Amino acid sequence: MSQESIQTDILTRLDTDGSIADTAVLPYASDLILGVLNSLLSKEILTYTAIKGEKWVLTIEGQEVASGGSPEVALFNLIPSDTGFAVADAQKQMGEKAKIAMSNAMSKKWLKKQGDQLVRAVDSVADQVQADLINIQETGAFEDARALQDYKRRKLVSAEKITSYSVQKGERFTTNVQKEATEITAEMLRTGEWKDQTFKKYNFNAEGIQIRGGHLHPLMKVREEFRQIFFELGFEEMPTNQFVESSFWNFDALFQPQQHPARDMHDTFFLKDPAVAGEMPKDYVERVKQVHSKGGYGSIGYGYDWKYTEAEKLILRTHTTAKEFRPVKYFSIDRVFRNETVDATHLAEFHQIEGVIADRGATLGDLIGILYNFFRKLGIEKLRFKPAYNPYTEPSLEIFSWHTGFKKWVEIGNSGMFRPEMLRPLGLPEDVSVIAWGLSLERPTMIKYSIDNIRELLGHKVDLEMVMTNPICRLDKKMGREI
Amino acid sequence: MPTVNVFKDVLFKALGREYSTEEFEELCFEYGIELEDETSEQEMVKKEQGEEKAKGKSNRGIYRIDVPANRYDLLCAEGLSRALKVYVGNAKPPVYKLVQPAGGKVQKITVLPETAQIRPHLVCAVLRGITFDQDTYDSFIELQDKLHNNICRKRTLVAIGTHDLDTLQGPFTYEALAPKDIKFVPLNQTKQMNAEELMTFYESDRKLSKFLHIIRDSPVYPVIYDSNRTVLSLPPIINSNHSKITLETKNVFIECTATDITKARVVLNTIVAMFSQYCAEPFAVEPVEIATPNSTSTHRTPDISSRAVEATVGYINKSIGIHITADEVVKYLAKMSLNATLSSSRKSVTVSVPITRSDILHACDVMEDVAIAYGFNKIAKTVPRSITVGAPFPLNKLADFVRRELALSGYTEVLPLILCSHDENYEWLRRTDNGEAVKLANPQTIEFQVVRTSLIQGVLKTISSNKAVALPIKVFEVSDVVFKDESRERKSRNQRNMCVVFASKTSAFETVHGILDRIMAMLNVKLVSPDAAQDGYFIRESDNPTYFPGRCAEVVHKGVSIGHLGIVHPEVLQKFEVPFPCTALEINIEPFL
Repeated sequence: MSQESIQTDILTRLDTDGSIADTAVLPYASDLILGVLNSLLSKEILTYTAIKGEKWVLTIEGQEVASGGSPEVALFNLIPSDTGFAVADAQKQMGEKAKIAMSNAMSKKWLKKQGDQLVRAVDSVADQVQADLINIQETGAFEDARALQDYKRRKLVSAEKITSYSVQKGERFTTNVQKEATEITAEMLRTGEWKDQTFKKYNFNAEGIQIRGGHLHPLMKVREEFRQIFFELGFEEMPTNQFVESSFWNFDALFQPQQHPARDMHDTFFLKDPAVAGEMPKDYVERVKQVHSKGGYGSIGYGYDWKYTEAEKLILRTHTTAKEFRPVKYFSIDRVFRNETVDATHLAEFHQIEGVIADRGATLGDLIGILYNFFRKLGIEKLRFKPAYNPYTEPSLEIFSWHTGFKKWVEIGNSGMFRPEMLRPLGLPEDVSVIAWGLSLERPTMIKYSIDNIRELLGHKVDLEMVMTNPICRLDKKMGREI
Repeated sequence: MPTVNVFKDVLFKALGREYSTEEFEELCFEYGIELEDETSEQEMVKKEQGEEKAKGKSNRGIYRIDVPANRYDLLCAEGLSRALKVYVGNAKPPVYKLVQPAGGKVQKITVLPETAQIRPHLVCAVLRGITFDQDTYDSFIELQDKLHNNICRKRTLVAIGTHDLDTLQGPFTYEALAPKDIKFVPLNQTKQMNAEELMTFYESDRKLSKFLHIIRDSPVYPVIYDSNRTVLSLPPIINSNHSKITLETKNVFIECTATDITKARVVLNTIVAMFSQYCAEPFAVEPVEIATPNSTSTHRTPDISSRAVEATVGYINKSIGIHITADEVVKYLAKMSLNATLSSSRKSVTVSVPITRSDILHACDVMEDVAIAYGFNKIAKTVPRSITVGAPFPLNKLADFVRRELALSGYTEVLPLILCSHDENYEWLRRTDNGEAVKLANPQTIEFQVVRTSLIQGVLKTISSNKAVALPIKVFEVSDVVFKDESRERKSRNQRNMCVVFASKTSAFETVHGILDRIMAMLNVKLVSPDAAQDGYFIRESDNPTYFPGRCAEVVHKGVSIGHLGIVHPEVLQKFEVPFPCTALEINIEPFL
């Protein structure tokens, strides 16, 4: 049945009767009726209200009975009026239906069993089940509730929720509906048809068609914002494409003593293969050894037995802190590794953001000043600094920002001035000081995108839908958890 | 960061007034410690052992305070309240002094040469006429625990033993003997055992079992005896029950055995500095004479003399970026418990660093203390003077171009981990271990055994975790893989790869080939004929076990293979639990730098 003829039928009925009390009387599928009603509703030709109801329909098995009769009747007809019929033969002929047929025929006392034979107990039977089902099929209802329940139990019928409609004439009722166009076509432009054409009303509340393009990962979007900030502040990006590092460059060169807890097996990934570094710059190694074990450059050192065998052990870098300086501003954002137990906030891998400034006469005031500049670009105006300890910086400052949501100060990073024991062995002049700060990329990203579990952000368990739907990152605008 | 528990009433008494939580938090913040929690014994027990056990426990207020890892002098209530008391201007720092015992004869201990094999260093001290109450006794034990866990590196570097001197008879000896020859009743036990039996006995002890490994396999164990052959301790495991400290103990003998002499001195100094406060004569310490095997003369410990560190006023001002006078420098250092004297020219200060401040190694540590006392948050904000030009790292810039082009081509970026299992890097990709991957020595799980040598496994894992996403799944990663490289100091090198995977109901070689062509076009690399010797790229059929036979090509750039594309082998898909055909491309992008 075409949509057009359904429309004509409905409009004709409205025209003659004034309204349609229940569309259930119409011989069309409910969804087809709804389509026509909505289309006419949008043109204000009619209005309607929904009527919710229930309708009984035949199952596939029920349909078979309606068309071919019930199995018990089929069984009855199989049995001759004068002699018996072997149960085994009935099963052979009727297959899996034999069991239900036998059970029903027995309970109706149509048949009885004599040994392994079935014999008729009555002369003739009428197929009431078939008649009932045909009735249900036609009307969608049945008066005898007990019988209906019985058919339901036998899985011959089932209830179906239906919606029908009560229809009234609308303000612009007409039986002559003009066909409306949805879109302007090139054809209309050519013929000028658009001038006389009426257009279908848009539903401006509907969603647009979903775009399936390519998408960048949210963590990388945040990384890009941080990179832009560093560029704006005149920082040069450091080469950090070297994950494997020697303990010497990762720890010793930073004046981190060899017994420091960070150098434990529990915190650092050591390598099995390759296990030790090749030849390291001899003179420099000697200067580092001296400053650790005996001191120098005005320091008393740590006073312990510094071992080359400890320094040459290869590891996966635990940070990206720079070790070569000229008067310069450096930054990096790259992957680092910690041998930590993985949980919702810890992964064995994460990204470290680092800024470093090496300059003649750089001061703690400069560090604080640049941190204000840096964090202002992240939309963070209120900072506070707490004295802290770090083996390679002195002074060391933990950076706190005021969280307007939590109404408290939260730690957002670490910073400090590199110790002379680290800088002087590198050959830096005494008046050059180096200031630096660091933070993780994951933490601000989790806040920006309201992500609670770091494993949903980095690693293979990330949800691609999340990657596809997350907004761009604007560090200077409040997003996610910040709101 | 270690956490120290301090009773609020004790702290407020020292500080001279009560503080609100906010006020105290602020004080901690400025000083560089952190108020972690406000609690009581009752609350702590409730949290750890449940409501039932907490009944009847004290509800006296306790502050839990985080202190910096290098400030051993703040590891107990005594030190913490003393430092804050001086910081707020309520007291002057104590002056420690050495005193001779009443009879004039100091305790002596001889170190025997065998100890060199196992735990060569020893320092000792005596605290006389001490008065403990329950609080101070608990604090004394707690401090030793804290030191053991921090500077002593779980007793490997230093182990502390404290004894009731009146139960012992000097002179003492520090020896190293075969385990079965050492017999005593360990602390809080009743049965005598030899050291071998003792090792077995403590295997199941939750606290002590983790220290057994330090000496267990040594043929000799360190042990300290008095002149009656009474065992004082079996360092670093346990003391004897005989010389146990009690609330009634008056005279305390302290021994620290060590593999690191510097740390042993710091540990001993910290204990005597903290607890000489309770001696008959406060802050007086009695030395012990130590005879070492390699020296004919003896020496005395502890060395409690202060150390001089000089810093110029100019250096302090210039480093911090402030302008304060020499007198102000001295005043600020006093707040930090550091006595400083001005030089005659008034251009520099000499700080006499007390034994409590082993963290001061250099003038920069003095400078930091001035900055803290001045107040980090009062320092004027300035900016560095040098003009610099920002610039990206060229490889990152190239990678970002490639990433953007891939995203513009309809692919979605994924970010799997760099570490993976050995199987994921080799067997699951139908590759054999050719020894080119960097392998980890101490991973906590098999998820992290090697540093990946290709990106494809991580991308396939991501697809596997995203099976519900509508097909086709089009994903990429541009990131580093790592190869062993004997020619370099770090014996390895990173390489920046690009990997694209197209997963759909059918395989799609041409689609992924199209991505290769697109990226090459964007990098301005021309497609050339395989037989012409030209700059540019082409693909040619290739065998790669990760890909399906006859459906794999290698990408050749300037005559060198830079990677592969092809239909991923069904056995690979099965291993990674990807139920639909995948077509992949992975190449090294560094040649396009």
